Amino acid sequence: MPKLTKDNGLYAAIGEFSDENQLLEAIPKIRRLGYSKLEAYTPFAIHGIDEVLGVKPSKLGWFVFCCGLFGCSAAATFIWWAGAVSYPLIVGGKPLFAFTFSIPIMFEMMILFSAFGSLYGMLGINRLPQLYHSVFNYSRAERISDDGFMLAIEASDPQFDADECVRALEDVGANFVEVVAK
Amino acid sequence: MAELAKTDLANLIREECNPPMLEGDMSYHDITEQISSLTEWKKTPRAWWVMISITGTLLLLLFACLTYLVARGIGVWGNNSPAGWAWDITNFVWWIGIGHAGTLISAILFLLRQKWRTAINRAAEAMTIFAVACAAIFPLFHTGRPWRAIYWLFPIPNTYLHMWQNYRSPLEWDVFAVSTYGTVSVLFWYTGLIPDLAVLRDRSKPGLRKIIYGALSLGWRGGSTHWKHYEKAYMILAGISTPLVLSVHTIVSFDFAVSVIPGWHTTVFPPYFVGGAVFSGFAMVMTLLLLTRWLLKLENIITIRHLDLMNKVILATGTIVGYSYATEFYIAWYSGDPYERFTFFNRITGPYWWAWWTMTICNCVIPQFFWVKKMRRNIAVMFIISITTNIGMWFERFVIIVLSLHRDFLPSSWGMFHPTWIDIGTYLGTFGLFLTLYLLFTKFCPIIAIGEVKSTLSAQNHVEHVYQHYLATHEVEAQSPHA
Repeated sequence: MPKLTKDNGLYAAIGEFSDENQLLEAIPKIRRLGYSKLEAYTPFAIHGIDEVLGVKPSKLGWFVFCCGLFGCSAAATFIWWAGAVSYPLIVGGKPLFAFTFSIPIMFEMMILFSAFGSLYGMLGINRLPQLYHSVFNYSRAERISDDGFMLAIEASDPQFDADECVRALEDVGANFVEVVAK
Repeated sequence: MAELAKTDLANLIREECNPPMLEGDMSYHDITEQISSLTEWKKTPRAWWVMISITGTLLLLLFACLTYLVARGIGVWGNNSPAGWAWDITNFVWWIGIGHAGTLISAILFLLRQKWRTAINRAAEAMTIFAVACAAIFPLFHTGRPWRAIYWLFPIPNTYLHMWQNYRSPLEWDVFAVSTYGTVSVLFWYTGLIPDLAVLRDRSKPGLRKIIYGALSLGWRGGSTHWKHYEKAYMILAGISTPLVLSVHTIVSFDFAVSVIPGWHTTVFPPYFVGGAVFSGFAMVMTLLLLTRWLLKLENIITIRHLDLMNKVILATGTIVGYSYATEFYIAWYSGDPYERFTFFNRITGPYWWAWWTMTICNCVIPQFFWVKKMRRNIAVMFIISITTNIGMWFERFVIIVLSLHRDFLPSSWGMFHPTWIDIGTYLGTFGLFLTLYLLFTKFCPIIAIGEVKSTLSAQNHVEHVYQHYLATHEVEAQSPHA
């Protein structure tokens, strides 16, 4: 069997753990071996896994903040332009534009744009929708959404060596360890 | 003695922080199986087919009534002068209010870290969307020409109006509030659904079903990077939905409060409307969940404990509603305004006295039974109270709208409102729409948030583990988790 290297078109070495606690215990051990390109695949978001994996918190909030700010100011600008510039019409003796009566719509538009920003921002950062991903080549990939807790050492890791990764995963207690093609 | 106190403390912490929410010994796989098998057609209970034929018939009634209305004009409704707003706006406010419980459960309880919400949030969110759809029908068809309404309601450039909407009007604020609410509810619901649609995708055999769920789940793979951004998006959506849900019924209440009609022109309306909305919404969630739980055998996931907690919310919000009625009355008297005083006196003793009394008994008196734990845990009692609450809250909107309009300042312009068959048919028809959509939802989507229930189970197992460890190290006897 030829030695598998990262040029062989591999995605990762993947192993399955029986529950979330085993997975959480295994990750630091794998990291101590020097691997950094790790991805855990789990049926639900596991509390504290980001700290164990050593990843930075999501920056999605800043994007959503900008969306909300845009929605809010766009609403105010439009209400001013429509009511005081484009079609000035006095109704009920009220001023053509005032901040007070614009608040409800400014607020609603802020929320609307933030909501679109959260969903589309999340999909964008996660590169979804995606038609194909190598993890689905793993023979037990269908269990990720059921009760499988997988850990992948990705081939893009500078230290990646298929055989060593398989051994490392087996040593920390993973079952069904496989080298998965791209 | 000190040892005993320590054990009590451990039990208390376990009960308070993480009460057992799933009954029976369930594994993650059992949860996947139980919930996703509900979407498989071969296991459809016969009662489901019976129900959907009834609700489908009601839906046809809605189509018939709306077609007749469009063909003949809105004169086919009983609305008249002085009651220019009647059943249509009553139904609109009622349906919108019902939606509020869904957002409250999915957003506010999420921010408050109430783990028990995971069993009911998906169904409640779906209910919100369907309730908003029912609500939107009424103002839309009240315009008489719904196909043109888009130009009247939204600032869409067009060639026949040559003007813009009046942004000083609460009615225009309402357009933005309700449409934003509907849209954000759909986005929030869909965000929650993505990982669960992936569950259905992974379970399906290759074929059309797999393609559809595959497309809808957008290639979700449950990686830790995915979850990280997903959790953030979910939290932000919960964070923005919370002020949104409070704003929607606030703005709906502005439709009334900003006018000068006695009985409408009051500053208590925003909190009063929001409280009432949550109250009626929880009652509707309760009605639906009791039926769903029975129909789809979900007693182990939607437990008596969940229902008990929901009944506490009904009790609390019902009491807020009662307090609001009292405040309204007190202010009417204290204002010294004869018209204001008359309006409230007329509500109790006028020709619509029965509407006011129905409202008061259903909303202020009947939910008080929930102070008793036995009542909060009795299925029959809570089903009846959920229905009476829905009735009471419909009458509340009727009292506010029709009873304020039918006798205003000038006795010469007083009148009465009588619903027509089209009024009644349209209202019944919206139940057809609401329930048909809900029944279809139970068949096509996971009606319980699979991922979230699994994470609740994980937390439950964790606490149980710590508890068992504590007992082992302190050599004391374990207590039953349901004690």
